[in-house]
Amino acid sequence: MATTVAGIFETMEYGPAPESDKPALAWIAAHQASFGHFIGGAWTSAGKGARFDVIDPATGRVLAKVSQGSKSDVDAAVKAARKALPAWRKLSGHQRAKHLYALARTVQRNARLLAVLESMDNGKSIRETRDIDIPLVARHFYHHAGWAQLLETEFAGHHGVGVVGQIIPWNFPLLMLAWKVAPALAAGCTVILKPAEFTPLTALAFAELASEAGLPPGVLNILTGDGATGAALVDHPDVDKLAFTGSTDVGRIIRKATAGSGKKLSLELGGKSPFIVFEDADLDSVVEGVVDAIWFNQGQVCCAGSRLLMQEGIADKLIAKLRARMEKLRVGSPLDKAIDMGAIVAPVQLERIRSLVEQGAKEGAEMWQPSWAVPKDGCFYPPTLFTNVAPSSTIAQVEIFGPVLVSMSFRTPEEAVALANNTPFGLAASVWSENINLALDVAPKVKAGVVWINCTNLFDAAAGFGGYRESGYGREGGREGMWEYLKPEAGNRKPENLGRKPEVGSRKKVVASGLRLPASGSQIDRTAKLFIGGKQARPDSGYSIPIIGAKGATAGEVGEGNRKDVRNAVEAARNAAGAWARSTGHNRGQILYYIAENLSARSAEFAARIRELTGREGKSEVEASIARLFTYAAWADKWDGQVHQTPIRGVTLAMNEPVGVIGVAAPSEHPLLGFISTVAPAIAAGNTVVAIPSEHQPLAVTDFYQVLETSDVPAGVVNIVTGRRDELAKVLAEHDDVDAIWYFGSREGVKLCEAASIGNMKQTWCESGARDWTEAARGEGREFLRHATQVKNIWIPYGE
Amino acid sequence: MTASRHSALKLAGTDVSPAETRHEIPGAHVARNPGMPLDLDLVLAQRANRSAVERRAATLPGRRTVKKQWQAAWLLRAVSLIDLTTLSGDDTTGNVRRLCAKAMHPIRADLERTLGIESLAIATGAVCVYHQLVPVAVEALAGSNIPVAAVSTGFPAGLSPIETRIAEVRASVAAGAREIDIVITRGHVLTGNWHALYDEVRSFRDACGDAHMKTILGTGDLATLTNIARASMVAMMAGADFIKTSTGKEGVNATLPISLVMVRMIREYFEQTGFAIGYKPAGGIRSAKNSLEYLYLMKEELGDRWLRPDLFRFGASGLLTDIERQLEHFATGRYAAAHRQPMV
Repeated sequence: MATTVAGIFETMEYGPAPESDKPALAWIAAHQASFGHFIGGAWTSAGKGARFDVIDPATGRVLAKVSQGSKSDVDAAVKAARKALPAWRKLSGHQRAKHLYALARTVQRNARLLAVLESMDNGKSIRETRDIDIPLVARHFYHHAGWAQLLETEFAGHHGVGVVGQIIPWNFPLLMLAWKVAPALAAGCTVILKPAEFTPLTALAFAELASEAGLPPGVLNILTGDGATGAALVDHPDVDKLAFTGSTDVGRIIRKATAGSGKKLSLELGGKSPFIVFEDADLDSVVEGVVDAIWFNQGQVCCAGSRLLMQEGIADKLIAKLRARMEKLRVGSPLDKAIDMGAIVAPVQLERIRSLVEQGAKEGAEMWQPSWAVPKDGCFYPPTLFTNVAPSSTIAQVEIFGPVLVSMSFRTPEEAVALANNTPFGLAASVWSENINLALDVAPKVKAGVVWINCTNLFDAAAGFGGYRESGYGREGGREGMWEYLKPEAGNRKPENLGRKPEVGSRKKVVASGLRLPASGSQIDRTAKLFIGGKQARPDSGYSIPIIGAKGATAGEVGEGNRKDVRNAVEAARNAAGAWARSTGHNRGQILYYIAENLSARSAEFAARIRELTGREGKSEVEASIARLFTYAAWADKWDGQVHQTPIRGVTLAMNEPVGVIGVAAPSEHPLLGFISTVAPAIAAGNTVVAIPSEHQPLAVTDFYQVLETSDVPAGVVNIVTGRRDELAKVLAEHDDVDAIWYFGSREGVKLCEAASIGNMKQTWCESGARDWTEAARGEGREFLRHATQVKNIWIPYGE
Repeated sequence: MTASRHSALKLAGTDVSPAETRHEIPGAHVARNPGMPLDLDLVLAQRANRSAVERRAATLPGRRTVKKQWQAAWLLRAVSLIDLTTLSGDDTTGNVRRLCAKAMHPIRADLERTLGIESLAIATGAVCVYHQLVPVAVEALAGSNIPVAAVSTGFPAGLSPIETRIAEVRASVAAGAREIDIVITRGHVLTGNWHALYDEVRSFRDACGDAHMKTILGTGDLATLTNIARASMVAMMAGADFIKTSTGKEGVNATLPISLVMVRMIREYFEQTGFAIGYKPAGGIRSAKNSLEYLYLMKEELGDRWLRPDLFRFGASGLLTDIERQLEHFATGRYAAAHRQPMV
């Protein structure tokens, strides 16, 4: 390598361009390279208890020692957060806005220190920490200073959920802190945050800076430690909400551990995001897009575009261009200002990448790496491209979390969408085409919380980020992200109190004919069946359950649904889901109005039935049900999305999309109104439903089949299975083709459903409290529609 | 351009594997581009997504940097790539001679000694003037091997009669210009008249004879990046030795996004035909830092071979002074003043 001016003039090589590590080392040295936790505005003693090393993965040197958070440390942190909560919550939005504004300014004042520290701790390039991570951190605090300021008007009737536990990953340490802490503080919550054990330093630095910037003690507490510390935080009874970003496996553990605890939960989990290239795309720009997708942050990005899907006609050309581009990438010291990729976070991650790449090659895919070598010392891995990858191979299915791209080809847009969605995940997607018709057609069809058109890995505080399917639930950023940290002010729910215990008669064999003439002979018997795929279906079990009326007499019988009936109902709901989601809001509204009209025509009959079942006057419940149907008919074409103000020339569309198939265990308090209050918003938003009506008073709903049948409701949009609520709800919660479970019932049932939801990480909305379903404030409206939809952010830069 | 080569590239987009169309990067000698028949399929297949192009252009200078002696060497390289230019209505024999003197000795002798680069005998890539001043420049540069470039074909608008424009090229070549910077009729691009554009550039190329032809697209007038991409491709098909952004007289001259689109077209043409075409951004490049960004762009998108004067030039006048200041700062450690550099 030439090092004289004359020599370099000929070779035109790049030279070293190191960013100094001195200020960061000085900050560490000022703490004697030894850190306690930051609890209640002060450091805990660093010498106490177990500690572990923080290592620079590029060099292997030990940067500092930090404390392993114990159960008592967690107790202390939660206690500090609880203590700080009332005063913090009591501050006006404006006062909290001033604090968040100060945090944003603090981050900017210390931008270079934080960027260098982050680069050393994580191994990511100083270019990225300097140009992407830290500016986005500041942006997040500025944006959320705004939400704090506007909270009282824009989120009227809501306040912060309380004490929040947050667990973040090592790939964007300070940025993930900002994504978690900024909305929590804006909402008036206090926080215990646990950074990843590989990368705790910037969180500790931030806590110190925040304290210096005047954030009150206990509002933000930082606990260091590994998974055991995280588990203690998850299990702590005095935490009101948990927010987690990390692997789907750990997300699953957390969902299970918190089932039935009443803790609000948001999860941002793994991904295997598709990067779809159509033949009319600007291929040179596509190549740079791929660089930004999978060779950003060494590929350690949950939303990395790790599956390249190419239209067949341009596949060879694109692969050749990619290989040429990969030859030009530079991997080296993270603090060098002229490299593209730094170090992998830790040896264990490097080993995982290596073994998955080996497995990919073993399973028959063709592996390609550039001709140059990565540095031998330190955790480095070269950019890697797989071709000839079968969708079934391991590397096409599992998240590698490294600079490894797998590629496949497709023939048609339809096949591209099918391949894109052929994954349990649904975090992000990138679509490349110069044809706006094609790009905007594909974007809604891809199951992902974020879709980037002709761009990738763009982030901003104003746009929500989060996944579909097993990539988690909840959003971070934007208006949609604020809801994760808010709850209705009137929201303290009491446990289920129904006045009397749900009472179900014993099982009876259905007579062969299915018809029994009542003694009087004046009426023809009506044996209620199940309602599946638009048809009344006999229960698979062949059993029925007698339903006892308010006066103790048998009011009728309903079919006893079992798991096979649920299976059939879900299948019907799935088959109907696509067309129903695509139908227009106007059309769905018309059908809801028609249901209301037909119910109204039979209101006297329904009122009588309700009186028979409950002993209450039934007319008002029928009237309320009709009004509720009108409410959601009204909403059906008004549940608009938003255009977010992100800093690009373009639009970022926040679209409300239906969740898919929703399992609903309807509340029991009102046999008809409870059913309609939960099913109507779900279908208004474009979901299909498998509903379990009130266990002991289902006859109002079984009577309702005929209303549905005469109201043009497409087959499969509403499916109803009667029977034992918790048994059936569990089957729904476990079903991998159900996208969300709504459960309104007992505390045990909530726990059951939440725990059973982990198979496909379906969304859960489970309550055991009593809601006043007759009141509009709690019984209908935006809260229901928010649960019935998930926000997809579609980034569309433009310009010719 | 032979017919067989042409038919091979027609297949390239379909079922010929990319390996079969790989071409060798030229060595010391760059084979001259003979052009090829106008291939409208290839022209219309070119697209540029503005937002994506701008993103790459905006982030590239953050991905690469050179410091210390690397920066000094790269800046000297930039000097050797400058077409030192004067294109003003008030140009005279006097200021053109001064320009030529500077072109032959762009770096102060004391700086050359300090940097240890006397042996490199650094001179600028060319001197670029109007036709009238070609003889003056040829005479002033005698013995230096620095070529004289003439702007031609009704520069800058290019709207004089075609016969006049062709005659102008011939006159400049006869006067001793070894490089001719022609301008295209922008209207042909704006109306999608690719045949007319091709024929026009082809006729200029024929008029150039052995003189190298740089085709100025007038990118600031072309409205879209896709137009710029397609016009670049047609110019190369018609036999351009270089493609060049602008006259310096348009509202927007050379920018990194425009350059990115044009060098990607050079890469595409090279992949299709094996002929390496040169690139010349012109107008608006005034700072040493900005010139380095262009060098990163060429190195990253096309490779080191495109960092030599036979495949890359800056069209600039003020740039040299800023580079001299940076070099002096490197040599002395003190920040430099413009008035201490010998003026152009």
